[in-house]
Amino acid sequence: MSSERDHSPTVMRQGLRVIGHAVRAEPRIFTGAVLASSVYGIMTVGSSWALGWATEHAVLPAFRAGHATTGTLVTAALLIVGVAVLKAAGVIGRRVLAGIMQYRMQARSRRDVTRQYLRLPLAWHHRHPTGQLLSNASSDAEAAWAPLAPLPMAVGVVVMLVTAAVAILLVDPVLALVGFLIFPAIAVLNLVYQRRLSPLVMRAQQLRAEVSEIAHESFDGALVVKTLGREDAEAARFQAKADRLRDANIAVGRIRGLFDPLLEALPTLGVLAVLLFGSVRLAGGDVSSGELIQVSYLFTLLAFPVRALGWVLAELPRSVVGWTRVQDVLRASGSMRYGAARLDADGPARLEVRDLSYGYSYDAPVLSGVDFQVRPGRTVAIVGPTGSGKSTLTQLLVRLIDPDGGRVLLDGTDLRDVARGEVSATASLVPQQTFLFDDTVRGNLALGDGGEPVPDEKVWAALRLAQAEGFVSALPKGLDTRVGERGATLSGGQRQRLALARALVRSPRLLILDDATSSVDAQVEGRILYGLREGSPDSTVIVVAYRMATIALADEVVYLEHGRVADHGTHDELLSRCEGYRNLVTAYEREEAERAALGADEEVVA
Amino acid sequence: MTARVEERRTTLRVEQRSAIGTFRRGLALSPEFRVGLPVTLLLAVLATLGKVIVPIAVQQVIDRGLRGATPDMPFIRNAVLLCAVAVLLTALCGYLMNVRLYRSTESGLASLRGKGFRHVHDLSVLTQNTERRGALVSRVTSDVDQISTFMQWGGLMVLISCGQLLVASVLMAVYSWQLALLVWACFLPLVVVLPRFQRWVAGAYTEVRERTGDMLSAISESVVGSAVIRAYGSEDRTARRIDEAVNAQRNAQTRAQKIVAFTFPITELVGAAAIAGVVLLGVQLGIGGTITAGRLVAFLFLITLFISPLQTATEVLNDAQNAVAGWRRVLGVLDTPADVADPVGGVTLPRGSITVSFQDVGFSYPDGPPVLHEVSVDIAPRTRVAVVGETGSGKTTFAKLLTRLMDPTAGRVVVDGVDLRKVKFSSLRERIVMVPQDGFLFDGTLAHNIRYGRPSATDDDIDLAMTELGLTDWLQGLPAGLATPVGQRGESLSAGERQLVALARAYLADPDLLLLDEATSAVDPATEVRLARALDGVTRGRTAVSIAHRLSTAQAADEVLVFEHGRVVQRGPHAELVRQDGVYADLYASWTSAARTS
Ligand SMILES: Nc1ncnc2c1ncn2[C@@H]1O[C@H](COP(=O)(O)OP(=O)(O)OP(=O)(O)O)[C@@H](O)[C@H]1O
Ligand SMILES: Nc1ncnc2c1ncn2[C@@H]1O[C@H](COP(=O)(O)OP(=O)(O)OP(=O)(O)O)[C@@H](O)[C@H]1O
Ligand SMILES: [Mg+2]
Ligand SMILES: [Mg+2]
Repeated sequence: MSSERDHSPTVMRQGLRVIGHAVRAEPRIFTGAVLASSVYGIMTVGSSWALGWATEHAVLPAFRAGHATTGTLVTAALLIVGVAVLKAAGVIGRRVLAGIMQYRMQARSRRDVTRQYLRLPLAWHHRHPTGQLLSNASSDAEAAWAPLAPLPMAVGVVVMLVTAAVAILLVDPVLALVGFLIFPAIAVLNLVYQRRLSPLVMRAQQLRAEVSEIAHESFDGALVVKTLGREDAEAARFQAKADRLRDANIAVGRIRGLFDPLLEALPTLGVLAVLLFGSVRLAGGDVSSGELIQVSYLFTLLAFPVRALGWVLAELPRSVVGWTRVQDVLRASGSMRYGAARLDADGPARLEVRDLSYGYSYDAPVLSGVDFQVRPGRTVAIVGPTGSGKSTLTQLLVRLIDPDGGRVLLDGTDLRDVARGEVSATASLVPQQTFLFDDTVRGNLALGDGGEPVPDEKVWAALRLAQAEGFVSALPKGLDTRVGERGATLSGGQRQRLALARALVRSPRLLILDDATSSVDAQVEGRILYGLREGSPDSTVIVVAYRMATIALADEVVYLEHGRVADHGTHDELLSRCEGYRNLVTAYEREEAERAALGADEEVVA
Repeated sequence: MTARVEERRTTLRVEQRSAIGTFRRGLALSPEFRVGLPVTLLLAVLATLGKVIVPIAVQQVIDRGLRGATPDMPFIRNAVLLCAVAVLLTALCGYLMNVRLYRSTESGLASLRGKGFRHVHDLSVLTQNTERRGALVSRVTSDVDQISTFMQWGGLMVLISCGQLLVASVLMAVYSWQLALLVWACFLPLVVVLPRFQRWVAGAYTEVRERTGDMLSAISESVVGSAVIRAYGSEDRTARRIDEAVNAQRNAQTRAQKIVAFTFPITELVGAAAIAGVVLLGVQLGIGGTITAGRLVAFLFLITLFISPLQTATEVLNDAQNAVAGWRRVLGVLDTPADVADPVGGVTLPRGSITVSFQDVGFSYPDGPPVLHEVSVDIAPRTRVAVVGETGSGKTTFAKLLTRLMDPTAGRVVVDGVDLRKVKFSSLRERIVMVPQDGFLFDGTLAHNIRYGRPSATDDDIDLAMTELGLTDWLQGLPAGLATPVGQRGESLSAGERQLVALARAYLADPDLLLLDEATSAVDPATEVRLARALDGVTRGRTAVSIAHRLSTAQAADEVLVFEHGRVVQRGPHAELVRQDGVYADLYASWTSAARTS
């Protein structure tokens, strides 16, 4: 990102277009803010005029005459205070309305972006890093509308400058010339300032995000860092980035340090010039001393607000970047389309998988030509070596992702034709990676439409089935105990059983367990499986498993290898005819046998 | 600081010091702030003096240059030129001051970040888990940023403002003490009112920060938990939660903005009143001959010098408060003692075979019931130990004590005759490495992750390790081999593959005791058996402790430790334990029925 590009006319134009969107979205508030700001602008000039008037008509005559007219004096005082009150009203109106507009737009973008996150398919989420999505919704939404804060002020300043120009012209053309030199100079200097500054600020912003990314990842993996004793290396990695941030901030400071005093010095020089030329004009009788004071005072007053123009310009590049990022999310296609079909049959679901293929990237298919059927009420085990595509398949079955080719049919309906919310109401997946929200046990279990709360009896029944009743009732607050971030206060097996209960509480017609009992011991697993078999006759069940007990429970087995169905049949059939399957499931037994043989040898030797 | 009280403290400290105390300690913590400070302050004073040039120039020109019938042009020219030079010089001082200030504060803050970050890693896992990761991150990022705004702007503004008020007051008093008193009388009430306003403003911004935190966590739920939200159709519930949080944040911001908008113009109104008063009183004084017209006009300019510091006062105070809050949160980290600390003058144990013994070890999580009771276990060198037991029986807790992620609340853990608490961390981590169940991977390539445990390892070392673990076939099946990116947290790999990488990482680190906590729970049986065999073949000479629900591990072990409700209830070789009547026999029975084909 070069600074030339940041400030190319297109960025300017795009920035104005972004502002245009906001103006069109909130026309009334914007108009109000601009009006208030104009009052402020006119009154700023007005206050110097009031002071000039007071000097000219009240102060100097009194000094000259040696006595004062009370009427003029009171008028002068009232004029000064009255103008200030109007100016204050303008400031309040401008700030409040600008704030309302800016925050409304931010909130709107945030709602739109997160809605879109919820709408977009999981495959899209897989392609975008978490940190990026979070900053799209937070800092990008903020940056996009940041120019709205100084915008009304800037408009007011334009009004102010025009008024000031007229006021000075009315006083004296020569003094006006000084003004016409100084104020454009301030504006240009300010523009140069912001142009130099904003790429540096953006760089610092970027580095700040990177620093926080490193901290996030490093703290997330704190256990690994600790167990491998890599704290020093992590600290060095962090410090290196923090030092780059430091240098970037110092670079920003250099520019600020140079331009801020210059911008302050310019109007001061202007006042001095006014005094010099004004005295000449005064000598020539072209201006009065009151007018001279008025113009000098005006210069001191205008010096600061003129910078508001620069603030808006400075925010534009950042705003355009933020807005583009937000738009990228909002425009992201591939959001899941839903049909109108309903899945309101009773009893266990019927599942058909037809010639399914899927790949996370185009060149490396993970699943291809997967084809099988599951009759209602049956239990099917999906078995396959590590990385063979089982989890991917389960995600396709509940339409977390859409296949590249082929179809998944539930009760004879293609999942893509089913209405929104219907699939999740019918089928529940217990994912391999347990994810618990930082919420209570109840909150984690009763995720859902949020309409009517799930009755406690149902929650407990599900916990009982998942063999989690015992430990949950022993928790300090029972169902209302918070489980910590990702369930940190529970043991691995406890987390997994809560995730299982979360699926069971919904009495799904299709239950899919992706290796959902890997962290529980064989006894508990046995009880869970027995309970499932006895307790949920209304479900069709798909289990991904390695353990014999689970597989034995299944009516059929689908054996996957390298993303293809290598065989499909009953356990006994596969055992006798499929070598890969046999090798996989009998691994422990063969190992034991070998060891026994080895042990016998050793005894003989001994 | 008594050790007894500190022992069970696991939450992060809340800094209790007063604002001034916090401030002082914050400054002491970053000596970089003080580097060259006197010169910087001198430059600041000079830069501030630049602001009174205009009022003085106006007064001089009116009173001396324009006194006669015709303006005294040479005088005016010289005065103006002199002032112009002074303006430029003070601007130069301003530039130099800014550059110095940025350099010293940014250096101080960067090292503060680094210290905070390092200390977070020094805290025990329990302390780390008392805060959300996001909150910990902000303690070394945005909280430090809050300090920087104050150090670079607010802090100096306080000084400049005070200087400005002082210089303006002195000058006013010199011109006319009566008018000076009047102006002071006008602004005096503000001194009382402004701090109150500031409290409002600060309260409103605290609210904004809290609502922003809520909003960010609501948003992050929708991103991090996206799979679960979809699988359970809870999009609407999540959207509602987010809307509530976003709107609450918007309302808080709007409220804060309103408060600021109404308090901001007050100083300006007071300023206008002061000007009006000066005009009224000044004219009376002028008639009496106590004040010249130039001085009266200069007064009007001086009042603007009065307004701006007061106008920024609420902002500066707010800044100062934020900085103190930021410091408190950073200090909260730094002042929390690392309850599991690297011992000073710790023992370095020579590498080689290792003996471990647990002596009457007990443990309870903070505010929780005891989860381990009087565990006494010896692990002989070069043995394979399996740890089994029901879920929640304390196996992982045992592992965390063995690797000193936590210290026991009773008894002690001894390695090679030395209390684990006396062993140097670097030595400990070299000798004992644990592979946790959740194979966390860093965003990077496979090679990057595997090398994490031993950065000096070459590609050949990695290849060798992968061959020894029997993972070459798997590696070759990957699109880019060792260069395959694993994604955030390793999420572009399957669960089993993630565990393979985590295992390879620990294996390459080559410890004397390798502790696997369900490290292969998601790996298929054939691969698992192959891994176990590989580990076995090369672990000769190394101790291996595995926690597993798959009892195949236990069968191959030299010794099995059976946990129940936080106690070791049985121990011995597999063959012996199956013959005894007990927990293990039961576990084994359900395992065989689970694992057998028939
Ligand atoms: N951070 C924690 N804070 C509070 N309690 C905890 C924490 N971690 C674990 N526990 C509790 O300590 C007990 C033992 O947990 P531990 O993780 O040691 O069990 P485990 O034997 O490893 O179980 P699993 O086989 O399910 O992994 C459990 O009751 C658990 O709820
Ligand atoms: N998000 C992803 N991006 C890219 N590749 C992925 C992603 N998730 C999985 N893969 C790849 O797809 C393949 C199949 O993964 P999947 O998780 O379906 O396997 P699995 O059969 O469930 O394995 P496991 O038994 O280890 O759970 C793996 O090779 C994996 O590396
Ligand atoms: Mg999987
Ligand atoms: Mg455990």
